[in-house]
Amino acid sequence: MAEQGVAQVWRRIRAMYRIEGNKCETCGTHFFPPRPVCPECRRKGKLENYTFKGLGSIYTFSIVRQAPDDFKRQMPYVVAQVELDEGTRLTTQIVNVDPEDVEIGMRVRACFRKIKEFGHSGIIVYGYKFEPVMKVTGHKQ
Amino acid sequence: MVGIVGYGVYVPRYRIKTTDIAEVWGDTSGRIGKGLGVFEKSVPGPDEDVATISVEAARNAIKRSQIDPKDIGALYVGSESHPYAVKPTGTIVAEAIGCTHDMTCADFEFACKAGTAAMQVTMGLVLSKMIKIGLAIGSDTAQGRPGDALEYSAAAGGAAFLIGMKNPLATIEETVSFTTDTPDFWRREGEDFPSHGARFTGEPAYFRHVGEGAKSLFKKTKTTVDDYDYFIFHMPNGKFPIAMGKQLGVPAEKLEDSLVVRQIGNTYSGSAMIGLARILDIAKPGSKIFMVAYGSGAGSDAFSITVEDAIEERRGQVPTVDDYIERKTYVDYATYAKFRRKIKALG
Ligand SMILES: [Zn+2]
Repeated sequence: MAEQGVAQVWRRIRAMYRIEGNKCETCGTHFFPPRPVCPECRRKGKLENYTFKGLGSIYTFSIVRQAPDDFKRQMPYVVAQVELDEGTRLTTQIVNVDPEDVEIGMRVRACFRKIKEFGHSGIIVYGYKFEPVMKVTGHKQ
Repeated sequence: MVGIVGYGVYVPRYRIKTTDIAEVWGDTSGRIGKGLGVFEKSVPGPDEDVATISVEAARNAIKRSQIDPKDIGALYVGSESHPYAVKPTGTIVAEAIGCTHDMTCADFEFACKAGTAAMQVTMGLVLSKMIKIGLAIGSDTAQGRPGDALEYSAAAGGAAFLIGMKNPLATIEETVSFTTDTPDFWRREGEDFPSHGARFTGEPAYFRHVGEGAKSLFKKTKTTVDDYDYFIFHMPNGKFPIAMGKQLGVPAEKLEDSLVVRQIGNTYSGSAMIGLARILDIAKPGSKIFMVAYGSGAGSDAFSITVEDAIEERRGQVPTVDDYIERKTYVDYATYAKFRRKIKALG
């Protein structure tokens, strides 16, 4: 049986797994999701693929207490706008933290999670979510 | 010489105390957890599975090693809880960590020793110069039937080991295996939970295979217990590896540091490998490590490992095993049941 949505998910795998967007070499602006043209430089722009470092800060957030069926198991959970260190923002779930501990400006890093499942027999969609940066024993700045 | 050029682990953040599990089934004495030597176990979040745990462990391994993921020529994920029955976990991991498409990849299964089997295969490919670097992962989100003895220990976690020749942080001198057809633990296709032979899991299964694997490695390397600083035996619970150590004459202090099972439970394919990672986190260069992984069904993989000088400059890059053990939040049985899909009405 052909499954709905498989091609759409497959096309976005690199963007979703690795936060792969692009960067305009002319003006230095980063884009996520990737853009077909730089809105500033237009025809003079030169877009190259760019994998984001996956580090950023919470710009704003909201706690979801009423969720669609696919997300009920995770309630309550946090959806945030994260400002990546490269200067672009994305919307993402924040995990590995209690919702009441989330703050604007909190340092976060990308992690890899299950985003949704197409029922019990369909494909599983994976991608980035963000989590608070972790303690690393012995790490020197 | 072939060795470990990088390693990384991942343990989910959630924990449940074994006393909380026991209370649900009417035991308030606290004896069960103590008897098993498991005080709490890790629980994966509702959006975590073997693919996500493997990716996190692999990313840590790569960051520590500072290799280019495009140099990875083979990637194997060992698990008994692959998210798909058909569709390799390894392909998801390879894409997520930025491997080239010109590589070989497969999923392995051998109960709790699928990850060490992957280490042996990548060692062979590296030694035969078919590949430059191999990535062997052992990762599980183990399930126990509610109320079954396994429920007290079945946990989630994973470890990833990069195997190569260039500048290893530990060399692997030798590996041997011991394999028989022993039905101590199994899960049939389509079943949610495994079955086991109860008392049959001890003497003829775990102790025979781990013991024979260990003896065979001592013989092949012409070494004795005294030649090693650290020992790691597969940890289905906190009791078995200690009893195994006693049988082989291993002093308790040489085994102690590997016993992660007490705080995180049995992570199945991740178990011995996370134990090894914890030793690599603390061992001084020149230390000798003796590891025996066990998989039901049944078999053991034994390794003799020496820690190299390069280990010191690779520390402090990524979270240690203890960093993950200490990052925890407790959940009650109801939340655990919700996360682990034991509530069928939620789908
Ligand atoms: Zn531009």
